[in-house]
Amino acid sequence: MILSVQHVSKVYSLGEEEVRALDDVSLEIKKSEFVSIVGPSGSGKSTLMHIIGLLDSPTSGRVVLEDRDVTTLSEQKLARLRNEYIGFVFQQFNLLSKTSAIENVELPMIYGGVSTNEREKRAVEMLELVGLGERLQSHPNQLSGGQQQRVAIARALVMNPAIVLADEPTGNLDSKTGEDIMALFHKLNDSGHTIILVTHNHAVAAQAHRQIHIQDGKVVH
Amino acid sequence: MPLTQIIKVAIQALRTNKTRSLLTMLGVIIGVSSVILLVSVGSGLQKYITDQLEGVGSNLLIIMPGKLDLKTMGSSGGKDIASSMLNSKLELKDAQNLQSGSEYIKAVVPGVAGQAILKYNEQKVSSEAVGLTANFSDVVNSPLAAGDYFTDGDDKIGKKVVILGSDVAKNLFGFDDPIGQKVVLSDERFTVVGVLKNKGVGSTSTSDQVVIPLTTAERLFNQTKMSAIYAQATSSDKMDLAISEAQMILENRLQPDDFTILTQKEILSTVSSILGVLTAALGGIAAISLLVGGIGIMNIMLVSVTERTREIGLRKALGATPNIILTQFLIESVILSVGGGLIGILIGGAGSLALSKAIPSAVTPWSVLLAFGVSVGVGIVFGVMPARRAAKLNPIEALRYE
Repeated sequence: MILSVQHVSKVYSLGEEEVRALDDVSLEIKKSEFVSIVGPSGSGKSTLMHIIGLLDSPTSGRVVLEDRDVTTLSEQKLARLRNEYIGFVFQQFNLLSKTSAIENVELPMIYGGVSTNEREKRAVEMLELVGLGERLQSHPNQLSGGQQQRVAIARALVMNPAIVLADEPTGNLDSKTGEDIMALFHKLNDSGHTIILVTHNHAVAAQAHRQIHIQDGKVVH
Repeated sequence: MPLTQIIKVAIQALRTNKTRSLLTMLGVIIGVSSVILLVSVGSGLQKYITDQLEGVGSNLLIIMPGKLDLKTMGSSGGKDIASSMLNSKLELKDAQNLQSGSEYIKAVVPGVAGQAILKYNEQKVSSEAVGLTANFSDVVNSPLAAGDYFTDGDDKIGKKVVILGSDVAKNLFGFDDPIGQKVVLSDERFTVVGVLKNKGVGSTSTSDQVVIPLTTAERLFNQTKMSAIYAQATSSDKMDLAISEAQMILENRLQPDDFTILTQKEILSTVSSILGVLTAALGGIAAISLLVGGIGIMNIMLVSVTERTREIGLRKALGATPNIILTQFLIESVILSVGGGLIGILIGGAGSLALSKAIPSAVTPWSVLLAFGVSVGVGIVFGVMPARRAAKLNPIEALRYE
């Protein structure tokens, strides 16, 4: 069991009104699963993703990551956990501009305290894994959208995370490139990585082995 | 995460936007270099002038006509002295009274000054001609570079001999030997008997002046009143006694408002304190520009934080704690201000060195330390607000920022 979300709610109070972004959501992810969380815009899937990604805490309920209760940790501790356990892939790639691919991939390891030599070794390894071994020194503006997303995926893998958390990873890519990226995710999953993919696109969601549908803050079956 | 790593991250961030970093440093560079330059010119001048004045003679009393106040002299200065001299009531007999009637005064040199035009061959120089008694070099420090002083005998007969100041000699004669040559001084022919060594600065400089015997000057300028009387006390610890004695003797004949007794010490301390105030004022102005430089840094850092909101959100998502972000941005602004400070010190130092050919200037270690310390402080103080803003960003919102 990698991740357990137990009766989690996220409630915002806007003046006198209450907004329930998430309402009593429970789910479990096992190691090496390929799961998609799918729902329309406003369904609460982003809120759920933020909580799974340790970027936010629930108002009620528990979140357990690899046997660790992470529900009420400080931002300081959450940051450290994010660094080690979560590998983010964003819709807009979010690479550092004017910075080389290899430096981008090294960034989590700098925050993780990895030694310089080890950092370089792992960064090169991951970039080769995603097929960009020849583009180590390229800057994002020298790379295509698909290549940039590959760099982002390499960055997500570099700390050997428990979960790869991808938010609309193909949203900014054309269909052909999107297929290539999805193929990469399959390859990674085949070699044992746990992947959670958040999307509003049912075709993309269907490529995962299991889908979790979410609507109006609740999991629907 | 160790500090050295954060420093590396900060440096990397600054390098991705080199132009902006350099322009931000510009304010601090200008501030620091101007502090160093202005303070070094100010203290260089201070030291130079006090050195020069000390060479004049520490037992010297200078009796000037009219009532002069050293403190107000600075602003209308030359005008006061000039008009006092025109209306001088000092006479030769005052000098004689001081010489004969005093216990604490060793030697007295009365002087008559006037403007004169000197001509030699094709060269023409306008200069102040000072008529002094033959013993003037005993009282007023005036070493010769060449030739001799004129004698008491020369003075008695009003001989037309002249001792040239070093610049006057150079302008009239170039590299030729002036001794024994004839020059035209105020349309009369004078023989050059000596050349003064180059000494003094500003009002104590003799290089633009020429010295002629007192009697000659009295006749030449048709003047019986003295422009000043120089007197030497018997010793420096008898100065106060000499001053009160001189006052008493002069007041036998003159009104108290007809003369002022100045000592070299007073002049020195007044000049020194005026320059001190000037230096401090210049330093203050320069410090203000440093402050402005600091505000510039804060401005740019704030803009930078806003522009890099998504980047900050990303860094946080990848594992940067708020503290790490705070430290990174604080270090960025400290690097900018310290970098600017170091460059400013180099430019200020080099500028002082270059300027020292024309104006005396000495780089003072305290101004360097102060400027450096202030630039570190500026970086920290003006970097805090932007850094805190960056650290407090919510990663989720930051990542959504357009």
